[in-house]
Amino acid sequence: MKIAVCVKEVPDQGPSRRMDPGSLRMDRSGDKSLNEYDRNAVEAALSIKEAAGDGEVVLISMGPEKALDSMRKALAMGADRAVLVADDAATGSDLVATSNVLAAALERESADLVLFGQQASDGEGAVLWASIAEKLKMPVVSQVSEMDLNGSTVSAKRQTENGYDRIEAPLPVVVAVADSLNEPRYPSLKGIMAAKKKPQETLSLSDLGVDASAAGEAGSRTTVSALGEPPSRGETMMIEDEGGDSAEKILEFLVERKFA
Amino acid sequence: MSTLVFLEHADGVIQKGSLGVLSKAASMDSETAGVLIGAGVGDLAADAAKYGAAKVFVADDPALESPLPQPRVDVISSLVGEQGFDNVLFGASVLASDIAGGVSARLGAGLNWDLGDIDMSGDVVGQRNALGDTVQIDVGWTSTPRLALFRSGSFEATEQPGAGAVENVGASLEDFSSKATLVGQDKEESEGPSIEEADILVTGGRGLGDPSGFGILEELASALGGAVASTRAVVDSDWYPYATQIGQTGKTVAPKLYIGAGVSGAIQHKVGMQSSQTIVAINKDPNAPIFDFSDVGIVGDLHEIVPKLTELVKARKG
Repeated sequence: MKIAVCVKEVPDQGPSRRMDPGSLRMDRSGDKSLNEYDRNAVEAALSIKEAAGDGEVVLISMGPEKALDSMRKALAMGADRAVLVADDAATGSDLVATSNVLAAALERESADLVLFGQQASDGEGAVLWASIAEKLKMPVVSQVSEMDLNGSTVSAKRQTENGYDRIEAPLPVVVAVADSLNEPRYPSLKGIMAAKKKPQETLSLSDLGVDASAAGEAGSRTTVSALGEPPSRGETMMIEDEGGDSAEKILEFLVERKFA
Repeated sequence: MSTLVFLEHADGVIQKGSLGVLSKAASMDSETAGVLIGAGVGDLAADAAKYGAAKVFVADDPALESPLPQPRVDVISSLVGEQGFDNVLFGASVLASDIAGGVSARLGAGLNWDLGDIDMSGDVVGQRNALGDTVQIDVGWTSTPRLALFRSGSFEATEQPGAGAVENVGASLEDFSSKATLVGQDKEESEGPSIEEADILVTGGRGLGDPSGFGILEELASALGGAVASTRAVVDSDWYPYATQIGQTGKTVAPKLYIGAGVSGAIQHKVGMQSSQTIVAINKDPNAPIFDFSDVGIVGDLHEIVPKLTELVKARKG
């Protein structure tokens, strides 16, 4: 059983996170770490491998060479090796370009199960797995809050706006897990030491046979044309609940706005 | 220009989010069509016409009954191939996101997501709040079809007459598109509209003290004709169902009125609700972050204020 987990290095959340007004891209110069939600996908892969008694967990990512630092966090959790597509020509890839590159990296691995976390905290898209499944011609199940593997069939519970869908799909399959699926383990000191020695491969686009025109800005079909401030809400009307008449004041406001 | 809007439906009703996108598109592009995909969905075409669809494509097939994305990728991609739509628009949902991602890869078409608005008067430009809504970005497409997912609540579903000419389309499915199968569904037991469809949301946070606190919120929501939502903290403590969770790991909502009771307004909750039109917050902590982005903030005890407010609302409505 070979499990590929797609992971991403993202800028740390906080006030310093920003778009670069020059390039109109994400500013990736500050502190970065492994996308939090990817840890749920790594955890899912490790528990399946442990339950099966054998198998391999491969991390797949695209980013600058330094992104291996973040991938090592997942190696420290217990993943077996890391494959990073690092190529300047892939900078600025949108969904279409990213799918072209990652699908090629995944095809090279021929994994039985391809896992994603529920969202990248920088792009906030939550659509990549569906593109990857299409490229790999595999079934896809997303927002998975429970998952079992019986032989070569994945049984998954998928959270939707209307409740839960129970879905079955045969391997090979692409699964995007919800963060409610599991509690990711913390790397042990031993794991952290071992991670440094685990195989970490860096590939260029030509290693994958991906033409530069299919990646980066050349391969992208969307653009960012301007940055601005989101509209502000204006002042907050504060009511101190003195004298116990604040319910009346709220009602007054609701009536004024025609909610009551 | 011609635009296709995916019309998502559940329990025999087209989702409000889809109708909002449809009516927005129809107001900008007279050649706006909708596409209905499922089994026994033909009757819904008339509803799409009410919201401005000049044409409604209907793919009605037992093989399309389950709400799974990949068969819908097949239908939409071949429809776009035959009809040459310039824009293909979706109201965001778990299902719609997976369909849009698949269509993007199938057609090599650019997809912009989480849009709050779109302007088709010149070059088509989408508007999106990114990075936890700290920045607003204008996005574009370098080729057609342009694919877009709109954040829920972006557009009001506005009735406007459309010709609604129905055209049936076939479903020719790829092998891999039919491999995932639906073996069961558990509907949420909550009554009333889902939190993404409700115009008024009363949201409870940790400040309720214990799970029984949701009782008074349910009464207020029912008096106002809204639904009850929750925060991650209370869902993690098993006080309320996950389906009602707003925020980064829950749902993004944009009701006309959001009332937060005992909700502190942590960033991960804020990103899921800050597009609400009107925000009222009740919290006993005057320093709660939610007061920074509320229209009205009440510092006080929700256990006293909420039941009193419910009585006042009921009395007013008679």
